Amino acid sequence: MDGNLNAITTVFTEFYYWVTVVFMFLIHVGFCMYEVGASRRRNHMHTLMKNVMVIPLVTVTFFFFGWWIYWAFPMFPFFGGLDAAGDANTPWSETMGTNLSDRITGVFWAAFLLFSWTAASIVSGSVIERIRSSALWVHAVMIGSVWWVIDAAWGWHYGGWMVKYLGYHDAYASGVIHAIAGGYALGVIMVLGPRIGKFSENGTPRDIPPHNPWMLTIGIFLIYTGFWGFYAACNVPAISPEVIGGQITGTTWTATNIYLAPTSLSAITFNFLMSLSGGLMAAYVVSRGDAFWTFSGGLAGVITASAGNDLYHPIQAMLIAAVGVVIVYKLHYWVERRFKLDDAVGAVAVHGYSGVVGLIIAGFMLWGAPSSPFEGYATINPLGQTLGAVIMFFVLGFLPGWGLAKIQAAAGVLRIPEEVELQGLDYAEHHSYEDAKAEIIEADKRYLANKITPAE
Amino acid sequence: MSTIGYENWNVDLADVGAIYPFQGSEVLMVILGVAFWVGWHRIQFVREGKHLEAAKKQAIDHEKITQSVERY
Repeated sequence: MDGNLNAITTVFTEFYYWVTVVFMFLIHVGFCMYEVGASRRRNHMHTLMKNVMVIPLVTVTFFFFGWWIYWAFPMFPFFGGLDAAGDANTPWSETMGTNLSDRITGVFWAAFLLFSWTAASIVSGSVIERIRSSALWVHAVMIGSVWWVIDAAWGWHYGGWMVKYLGYHDAYASGVIHAIAGGYALGVIMVLGPRIGKFSENGTPRDIPPHNPWMLTIGIFLIYTGFWGFYAACNVPAISPEVIGGQITGTTWTATNIYLAPTSLSAITFNFLMSLSGGLMAAYVVSRGDAFWTFSGGLAGVITASAGNDLYHPIQAMLIAAVGVVIVYKLHYWVERRFKLDDAVGAVAVHGYSGVVGLIIAGFMLWGAPSSPFEGYATINPLGQTLGAVIMFFVLGFLPGWGLAKIQAAAGVLRIPEEVELQGLDYAEHHSYEDAKAEIIEADKRYLANKITPAE
Repeated sequence: MSTIGYENWNVDLADVGAIYPFQGSEVLMVILGVAFWVGWHRIQFVREGKHLEAAKKQAIDHEKITQSVERY
């Protein structure tokens, strides 16, 4: 850090990403609250534990190999070999530790890691109340530290082949987080099957109401809050054209998106709030005021607009969010009825379908705009965005989730026994609680009878 | 002797890199870390299997299951 400007920029950037990580932690808190609120009482401790343990498992595996994949795979395997930049990001690299010559890798690693938790947590919500924890935790590692990181290297890296050859543009991760996680969840629930009682004998879906609606409400508001951090973490806060090294001329510093193309914090603040609003308003109308679809619609609205929210006008962001939410809502119920799929928290729709719709809309809205500040890159276009959506949702999401779930099902380690499903996963804790409660009440009564004289 | 390579901070920080203990043993640390992670999955997988098997066997008490279902 030689020179004052360099030092201030480095310290500011370190702190900026560090703050985004703290904010993004709230996404996971929100997911935990949402899942537990949506589950029935007899399952809520296991539901909570299932999502909490996603944190350490994805963290350590993202340290061991996820971070390396991001830096090594931008062109691998179709358009080149492993990138040498991966070498500095192996778990045995000296810069992956306390190192005074590298002050940024840890916070940048953590910002990406929090995206990984989100990807895994999205899958976790759709499979509650019937998946084995051991099975889900393998899926969490695969989506959080392998599959989404590959898609990030290809389509969310300034040198990724999807950006260069397809003009793929996904500034705030409509596809690279949400479409892939929604597609993965769809693959798993197709094999896992619905909860007992979800469908009547004639195939009509039944509602399984949440045990605590307030937990869902607070949970989704915490997700909104953490999403602010997510948006900020997708930007480079301040960088000079000289450091970018692309086609930008002059000396004006700028914030950039993940592709090092210019945007501003002002733009994404406008667009985050306007797309949230468009989503909430459309969801309220289309669901006829259903509270949980309205709240989820706010999230779906942001996710739909996210691919282009670095460049959209705020009114465009609002309308795109609204259109996306209507499509997603209709699609959710059509798929549920047609294929008898039980997505317990609507994750496939809110994340997966919104992400796909958002990518395709961005291809039309931003047609011809530069995908990168570097020369020789394809411009943004509808075909590239549609192919990108297929790669994210189906190739890297649905197929790996479905394939691994099939293997687990064949080995008999995917789903809990139906006796346990009916009795509830928390049966042991519940019986221990009831036994301990009965014992302490008896003990207190005996003490009362022997030691204390009743008042006259 | 110092495990981090420095016994005092009388240094130009521009010349300082890694300062964690036992530099040079990074590959060994990764092997230990991966073994810890994989071992954790193994232990949890076996325990959950036994737990669910036991739960399935004791779930023949129809009244208790009915209570759980009604508890929601």
